[in-house]
Amino acid sequence: MVSRVTDDYLAMAAAGCVAVCEPAFWAGFDRGSVQGFHDYFCQLTDYEPRRAARYQLPHFSWLCINPKEAENVSLAREVLAIIPDFLARPNVLGIGEIGLNKNTRNEMRILEEHVRLAADHDQLILVHTPHLEDKFKGTRLILDVLRADSRIKPGRAIIDHVEEHTIRMVLDAGFWAGITLYPESKCTPARAVDMFETAGAERLWLNCACDWGQSDPLAVPKAAIEMRRRGYSDAVIENLIFENPRRFLSQSHKFHIRA
Amino acid sequence: MERRQLLDLYFVDARARLIDIAAFLDRLDRAAPCDDFRIDAFHRALKELDAATPDRASRVLLAFSDPTSEPIASAPGKGACGAYESKGSHPSA
Repeated sequence: MVSRVTDDYLAMAAAGCVAVCEPAFWAGFDRGSVQGFHDYFCQLTDYEPRRAARYQLPHFSWLCINPKEAENVSLAREVLAIIPDFLARPNVLGIGEIGLNKNTRNEMRILEEHVRLAADHDQLILVHTPHLEDKFKGTRLILDVLRADSRIKPGRAIIDHVEEHTIRMVLDAGFWAGITLYPESKCTPARAVDMFETAGAERLWLNCACDWGQSDPLAVPKAAIEMRRRGYSDAVIENLIFENPRRFLSQSHKFHIRA
Repeated sequence: MERRQLLDLYFVDARARLIDIAAFLDRLDRAAPCDDFRIDAFHRALKELDAATPDRASRVLLAFSDPTSEPIASAPGKGACGAYESKGSHPSA
């Protein structure tokens, strides 16, 4: 949300959204210093919750250095070193969105170090899977990294941006699967409902991106409309788009929202 | 839902998307020719559309995907272009 205008918070609240989860993200350019990340983490854990609160939206965040910046291993390690200073802040739910971008060796190293950090501090994990042609390979590599650390409980990690060719491997490994709705490049509401119909609702979560690219903060409410068009009851819709994320996020003692 | 109900909901939209793809291929044909791995991947994916078996969406995605399993040495850039470019012939996914 740091790249969005305040009107988006108003629109989300008016559409029935009851909370915002914002993972640390790439800024569209590589930050040049660990101090830049320190300021960004302050923004995610201090300023942004206050902005959302004006619209009665509790704001939760996840911290990491995005895989797009993991090629600079020395900077990535400096950033990893300051993350524990922020983990006790009241809106921080875990480590994310970690993962891979181009599936490089350096990205793998930094992913492993993020996973170790999450395990050391008993944090929930939010994982970004790569885009387009890199997603299938990257998802397999990410699952290998997570399974290599015996302290990681699959039920406490969500693998995000799954599509039809990756959802099964994620769910079969016991992890949560996130479907990210985007106007272009990722997944439409219709395809998301298709995946729900073929994979089932267990450990499935729909979300939308609110970043500096073309994205739609109201994509989840629009997916609810798509489900109604297909004849699903309010109870089924509520379970998928509200109860499921609440089930996952409530594993953090910090996550509280109004019923 | 019954198939007719799904057609009522989605046929016009899917038809429009299909015509967009046809127009895209016509546009490519009108342009000066070149070898590009993305065109090859696109045609591999198109074959999956007409298959009479389920999981077409997954197989279309796999037609564009990197099928290898080892991390690469370094990132060629930040972005993805939508299709995997192998150095030799494209291995099957």
